[in-house]
Amino acid sequence: MLNLTPKEIADRKALTINPCKTCQPVGALYCALGVHKCMPHSHGSQGCVSYHRTFLTRHFKEPAIASTSSFTEGASVFGGGSNLKTGMKNVFDIYNPDIIAVHTTCLSETIGDDVGSYIMDFDMPEGKLAVHTNTPSYVGSHVTGFYNMMSGFIKYLAESTGTKNGKVGIFPGFVNPGDIRELKRLAGLMEMPYIMFPDQSGVMDSPMTGNYEMYPKGGTTIEEITALGDAKHVLALGMFTSTEPANVLDRKCKVPYDVLPLPMGIEGTDELLMKMAQLSGTEIPQALEDERGQLVDVMLDAHFYHHGKKVAIFGDPDTVLGLTALVLEMGMIPKYVVTGTPGEGFEIKAKEMFAKFGMEGCKAKAAADLFDLHQWIKNESVDLLIGSSYGKQIAKAEEIPFVRAGFPVLDRYAHSYFPIVGYKGALRLVELITNALLDHFDRTCADEDVDVVL
Amino acid sequence: MKVKELVLNQYSGRVYKNRKDHIIEVEEGIDPVQPITANTRALPGIMTNRGCCYAGCKGVVLGPVKDVLTITHGPIGCGFYSWGTRRNKANVESGENFIQYCFSTDMQESDIVFGGEKKLRQAIDEAMSMFSPKGIFICSTCPVGLIGDDIHAVAAEAEEKYGITCVAFSCEGYKGVSQSGGHHIANNGLMRRVIGTGDKEINSKFKVNLLGEYNIGGDGWETERILKRIGYDVVSIFTGDGSFEDISNAHKADLNLVMCHRSINYIAEMMHTKYGTDWLKVNFIGIESTVQTLRDIAKFFDDPELYARTEEVIADELASIEEERAYYRTKLSGKTAALYVGGSRAHHYQSLLADFGVSTVLAGYEFAHRDDYEGRQVLDGLKEDADSKNIESITVEADPEKYRVFLTKERYEKLKNEIPLESYNGMIRDMKTGSYVVDDLNHFETEEFVRLLEPDIFFSGVKDKYVVQKAGVLSKQLHSYDYSGPYSGFNGSIIFARDLVMGLYTPAWNYVTPPWKNQSTLQAALAAGGEM
Ligand code: SF4
Ligand code: SF4
Repeated sequence: MLNLTPKEIADRKALTINPCKTCQPVGALYCALGVHKCMPHSHGSQGCVSYHRTFLTRHFKEPAIASTSSFTEGASVFGGGSNLKTGMKNVFDIYNPDIIAVHTTCLSETIGDDVGSYIMDFDMPEGKLAVHTNTPSYVGSHVTGFYNMMSGFIKYLAESTGTKNGKVGIFPGFVNPGDIRELKRLAGLMEMPYIMFPDQSGVMDSPMTGNYEMYPKGGTTIEEITALGDAKHVLALGMFTSTEPANVLDRKCKVPYDVLPLPMGIEGTDELLMKMAQLSGTEIPQALEDERGQLVDVMLDAHFYHHGKKVAIFGDPDTVLGLTALVLEMGMIPKYVVTGTPGEGFEIKAKEMFAKFGMEGCKAKAAADLFDLHQWIKNESVDLLIGSSYGKQIAKAEEIPFVRAGFPVLDRYAHSYFPIVGYKGALRLVELITNALLDHFDRTCADEDVDVVL
Repeated sequence: MKVKELVLNQYSGRVYKNRKDHIIEVEEGIDPVQPITANTRALPGIMTNRGCCYAGCKGVVLGPVKDVLTITHGPIGCGFYSWGTRRNKANVESGENFIQYCFSTDMQESDIVFGGEKKLRQAIDEAMSMFSPKGIFICSTCPVGLIGDDIHAVAAEAEEKYGITCVAFSCEGYKGVSQSGGHHIANNGLMRRVIGTGDKEINSKFKVNLLGEYNIGGDGWETERILKRIGYDVVSIFTGDGSFEDISNAHKADLNLVMCHRSINYIAEMMHTKYGTDWLKVNFIGIESTVQTLRDIAKFFDDPELYARTEEVIADELASIEEERAYYRTKLSGKTAALYVGGSRAHHYQSLLADFGVSTVLAGYEFAHRDDYEGRQVLDGLKEDADSKNIESITVEADPEKYRVFLTKERYEKLKNEIPLESYNGMIRDMKTGSYVVDDLNHFETEEFVRLLEPDIFFSGVKDKYVVQKAGVLSKQLHSYDYSGPYSGFNGSIIFARDLVMGLYTPAWNYVTPPWKNQSTLQAALAAGGEM
């Protein structure tokens, strides 16, 4: 496996090998799936959306709908205005969504299509809406596309009437439906009225009923997005994912916001709950304090399997930082912390976290790829790898225990139903991590070392 | 009302007009078969399942070549999505395997504005210094063509500089109307630059190439196993588990066996012209069709020992699967299937299904041309439209040194009537009266046809898999085999049947409706004498 990866690290400037990010539109598509009765629309040639739908379908094992402008060579030369109009008309006629969310691709961006004015010129059917965002794939990553689409919805739809509605907007970041359900549960326990945006729960984890519903019951409604403009506050979770849309909303509707890390691990969850307590004026209930106590209990019980173990973590910036926080709390060493998404802030943040726990010799890198990570591991190995499905190659090559978390997890089932946020999510991660380490030990140790007790 | 009308009538006028000729209900005994419209643009907004030119070129044809380093020149997405996602298996016992890797120039805004050639050039330098591969392929994605990067010039420079083969493929996603254009572009590049460049001595007797076999789930290996057992020498496979060297020596073979006609017929035709290599349409999907194919190949070589060996192997293979075949048939017989796949499988799999008594009620291709539906007979009458004109068609001439004819003229004429030599009759001829053929089946039509025809099993890709499954119909991926396979040949047929039986009989189907939906819990409590 990956036999051609050399140990010697050579300087690489132009060739990306085994990327740790993908392009903006897939993030935009996923964001739009978190809006109720919304059809994501990809303005470009049809291959992009075919790939994006495939990618999301494989991660969730659920249908991921989206339409396309199906550019041909002609459209690429003369502009895609008529393709978009025909496309939108056909989508409303055939698939009848309430709203179409258009994002661009590197093709329509390169030719400079003005999607905003195409939409303005479109003969919109009664009661229907369309929004758009620009998602050039040669900038940022899928995370960028995700928040650009959020900003697109906000720019078009959020309105401030001048009267606050008492709700708190929660921007959950690029996470799974299982995480969103957990965030909702926490907000419920904290008696904090909220608007979750976007909300893929109920859409990308819909139940088997024998009936296919193109628009399942989940998703943020258009009214809710509009009402974000009257929200009293926004909790923007994940600084690299949610800051920008929170900022856009604040500029447009004067909604103050707090940027918090994805609530992963103890401190991250503590911080979120204390913020919620402040906003709702509700004390943190005993039930949550108990959950926290259970998590700490397990961490103490199992600490000697974790302490001092070296971990490599890769994936999207906010998820990676959240995982880093958790493994630090567990006494592990986040030896390598890597994201493919470009941006300086990531390395700074990671280093702050290393320093806080007195960690030395840990490396953090943004705009990195998995080839970098693998080479580092070849030079100094780790005890555990955490990341997307593509980590399985490295895990196999180097015989490292491996825990899947983040995007994309293409080769496992049911993962997206469970949270990695909140105390419950942390507890689940602690279990996954401990099991991975112990399973590896049991499988590779000498017979006399196999014990049935811990 | 007929099913076709029931589906079409829900469309607006323009969509109706566009889609009606892509759908036919097979009528009895019409020859030539009913015409169908195919290989035309998908309507914007229709939710087609089609992919793009890059997917056809890099994803399908070039991707499986294991020892060539393929660089995707473009922003990161396209390269990322085609990384390890097609299940084209490759064996690495000897030599290099780049299949586990994804190489991309990950173009950034400045590359789009100022041009990406420099970055591509440097990427090649870096690839050479780290891996020194014997060949590099460059595949471009959408923006590259628009900003005018000359990837062919960069490739030529690299050849000069490093003395390797470096081939550029301008397979931007917007070219053509589907993956199909990409197949063609890949075929052209391999023909121009790779095939015929090898000079390996091959002295075996029955030399064949297997064309259009991408070794998904190990299909190519099962086919190769059978061929080798009989005594064939498989010179090269295009391109599953394929290597640069094998492909460069493909012209040494006596016969090309064409599996996927759509994706590789260009090479088959060009090799026929340039090297005199005949091609035979084969089908290793299905028990009866594998038997038929093996007999057809034997006829081509017309060797008494080979005939005998062929029958011996067939008998032995059939005997070894007999019991399981009979068992699975009892489980599957009488079921119905709908298939919507690629450009050849919707046809190939009908024979495999028939082996187990499953009949096909609907079949469609994602990116086929009319000849894949109606047979190559229609090729002469086909007019090129603007979209196909954009895909380069190259012409080759007989190679004065390497051209060889295997069959005498008389033998060729005789065989032409007996086996599918340089011919393919298309899918429709093998379909039952009253069944449906739908080209470029979209999301809406999938839902409608499944509702109206109620097939027991739907075969398609992953994008629509869960749509159909959510509607309560077993849905299997025929692009990637749901992580199973091989499905080809004798052993594959049993794996396929086993997978279907698992899918149809898994207990989970019984739990779709909760018991309280059929029976009020209140009543149940009363009946049991429970207290309120
Ligand atoms: S990188 Fe560009 S062309 Fe490729 S899939 Fe993404 S948007 Fe499409
Ligand atoms: S067999 Fe199908 S999927 Fe494979 S190349 Fe041919 S058309 Fe494509």
